[in-house]
Amino acid sequence: MTSQLDVENLDAGYDDQQVLNQVSFSLQPGEIGCMLGPSGCGKTTVLRSIAGFEAAWRGRILIDNREVSNSEFSLPPERRNIGMVFQDFALFPHLKVEDNVRFGLQRLGRQEQQARVQEMLAIVGMPAYAQAYPHQLSGGQQQRVALARAMAPSPAILLLDEPFSNMDVELREQLAREVRSILKLENNTAVLVTHDQNEAFAMADQICVMNEGSIMQQGSGYDLYHRPLNRFVADFIGQGVIIPATVESTTTVKTDLGRIQGKNRIDASPGSMVDVLIRPDDVVHDDASGESAIVVEKAFRGADFLYFLRMDSGIEVMCLAPSHHNHKINERIGIRLNVDHLVTFSRT
Amino acid sequence: MILLATLLSLPIFTIASFLLYPSNEIWQHLHETVLNEYLLNSALLMLGVAAATLVIGVGCAWLTSLCVFPGKKLFAWALLMPLAFPGYIIAYTYTGMFDFAGPIQTWIRDLTGWGYRDYYFPEIRSLGGAITMFSLVLYPYVYLLSRAAFLEQSVCVLEVSRTLGCSVWSSFYRVALPLARPAIVAGVSLALMETLADYGTVSFFGLGVFTTGIFRTWFGLGDGAAAAKLAAILLMFVFTLVIIERWSRKRARYHHTSSRYGSLPQYRLRGYRALLAFCACFFPLLFGFILPAAQLGLWALETYDSMVDASFVALTLNSVLLAASAAALAVALALFLAYGKRQFSGKVVTASVRVVATGYAIPGTVVAVGVIIPLAWFDNRIDSLLSDHFGISTGLLLSGSLFALMFAYMVRFLAVSVQSVESGLGKIRQSMDEAARSLSYTPSQILLRVHLPLMKATVLTAFLIVFVDVMKELPATLILRPFNFNTLAVRAFELAGDERLADSSTAALMIVAVGLVPVLLLSRGISAARAGS
Repeated sequence: MTSQLDVENLDAGYDDQQVLNQVSFSLQPGEIGCMLGPSGCGKTTVLRSIAGFEAAWRGRILIDNREVSNSEFSLPPERRNIGMVFQDFALFPHLKVEDNVRFGLQRLGRQEQQARVQEMLAIVGMPAYAQAYPHQLSGGQQQRVALARAMAPSPAILLLDEPFSNMDVELREQLAREVRSILKLENNTAVLVTHDQNEAFAMADQICVMNEGSIMQQGSGYDLYHRPLNRFVADFIGQGVIIPATVESTTTVKTDLGRIQGKNRIDASPGSMVDVLIRPDDVVHDDASGESAIVVEKAFRGADFLYFLRMDSGIEVMCLAPSHHNHKINERIGIRLNVDHLVTFSRT
Repeated sequence: MILLATLLSLPIFTIASFLLYPSNEIWQHLHETVLNEYLLNSALLMLGVAAATLVIGVGCAWLTSLCVFPGKKLFAWALLMPLAFPGYIIAYTYTGMFDFAGPIQTWIRDLTGWGYRDYYFPEIRSLGGAITMFSLVLYPYVYLLSRAAFLEQSVCVLEVSRTLGCSVWSSFYRVALPLARPAIVAGVSLALMETLADYGTVSFFGLGVFTTGIFRTWFGLGDGAAAAKLAAILLMFVFTLVIIERWSRKRARYHHTSSRYGSLPQYRLRGYRALLAFCACFFPLLFGFILPAAQLGLWALETYDSMVDASFVALTLNSVLLAASAAALAVALALFLAYGKRQFSGKVVTASVRVVATGYAIPGTVVAVGVIIPLAWFDNRIDSLLSDHFGISTGLLLSGSLFALMFAYMVRFLAVSVQSVESGLGKIRQSMDEAARSLSYTPSQILLRVHLPLMKATVLTAFLIVFVDVMKELPATLILRPFNFNTLAVRAFELAGDERLADSSTAALMIVAVGLVPVLLLSRGISAARAGS
């Protein structure tokens, strides 16, 4: 095995309440993974189990091919060779920035410590603040110091617990990209926990979508958006509506909007009914099209319009249109389907 | 931990159990003669103190937090200084100043040529006098809490009220004051708790209230059970106040609907308004601190030579050692409790800490009675056990010793140190511990490298506050001290009781000087204490 982190069939919880149910995933060296899900889905518990703050009930965790948690044994956090960035950053208020970064380097000699501190502060772009105290820094700056402190001892795994949730919304994606490039620079293996999919897309190579203690799907952002395996992922990632359709052949379905040709085999017999996921970018605004719908609501988003449309059959869909196409509410506009990825779910 | 909480709540339960104790003759006698007087006096005292502290405290808090006038910055912290005066000391001082032979009346007679009984002069040693004394030293509680509440108010709420057509003053009455009400109620309840706890002032003024009644019944009539019953009634008053105080604090938490905290609007006062504001803030300070402190200083200068001798030094040493060891013990127990609560956050543990935290509200007299009853019982049992079996008489093993005194101090003051240590520990978030562990530190290293430096200031503050409280404490010390063991507070009280007011001034001045320490600690943070900055 070459993987840097292996979580195998992990069950864990607090007191009598089981939170995690059979969680499994692995990360290769240098890969950035992300636990994405709504609050209370258990994503933070996964992180705290890897860190060693929570014990595993069943299953096991391996860091760098060394078993650190199983049902009988849990290596204490200080011996796991991990780094962690906390939601509230948890900088030590009585220490200067440089002493915060130095905190985890106590095994190195004085000069090596100094060199590593300088190096880390340079990487996160904070060399000018070495002598400052945490309360003198802005949120974004504290974040960088927390990152530098966690990365300084070169941990085998870096864990980030909702690191951007205290930030302004505009800053989050930018910071996520910045942190990603810093992690890639040091070739760190990292696990990020977040409930914000844009953050996950901006930062992670592998995303695990979690719900109620289980991983619903693991994959890249592209896969999760275009090839959701279940309704939860389809609903949680991106926008879209689910409309009914009739299966015509093993690869085509017919909807009120027209026929959709997929690339993969549909798991239902011809003639039966299925549900189809229609993303806003699957519906194209085209005045030449024979199909039309009425604008119910619209949202101007700068580069594009998001239209909420009602068709004559009463079915509502969303449509992403270029920002020049400004239509009024109650106006009838022409639309057509342009579906690259056909996603079907059996009807319940 | 639970054991500690049980032990410390023993005196309270002892006293409370006397409510159910059958009445005896002496109780009947008390009931027929003085009980109504105690109730009436206590009620009037509380009413008067509540009204006066409310007006002075809230008024000054409003002026120093939201208005601009000359001396505002100075007043903001100086207004806390009267807190350094224990009630009984300011009472002696004013009695000395306003007595027939005191400087004020002598001056009036010299000026006018009047003689004895030619003119009316208010009697300071009266109910009205006591209300004045208490109000002068206790208004800072109301001031402190309502000022904090005014400062915490979001600027938005005040601005919204202005846009909705309120003038400066009506926005005070209709918005700021109602918002600060829970804090004001809490401050007044604290002031009233102190009023009920006082023994020195009321006994010096010869007022019949519960604390003096407990002393008279116990030492005059020699009836412990009746004294405990009186204490139990006093305890009911106190618990009512505690409940009011807790309830209003709880409500205060839900009051902030907006979290934007720009700088507060500042109303610039000019001309006669500025002068009025200046006087409103200056008079409480003048009468509550400057005047009595000056008088004490003058007396101390006069009597210094005759009073400061070897026995005075020994007295001071006694006080300091007693206070320091009580403070050290209180801090050690507080650390134990606070870490226990952090480590094992169970319901029982939290409840234990809460029980301990109630002690501060209990008057020293009640604590003393509650301590001495179970200890005396224990002593007598040991004594009879040993003399029955071995023929040795141990006498009073615990109840006449420093142990009893220390026990009483813990019951009363542990709450202060627990509160301080808990708030300090609360600032060290769990994630800081976890961050240190993820950086390869063991729990004991974390204690040394993270907790110790962060807790140093809090622990010191807790130590100082308990130290000062013990230095000032009078009734419990008076009852429980070992034979011939004196402290500064007891000495000042005894001298004043013998009408040697000037002679008591050196001891009193030292207590006030020590009492200034926590006031300065409080005032250092007061202007900085603003939410959101």
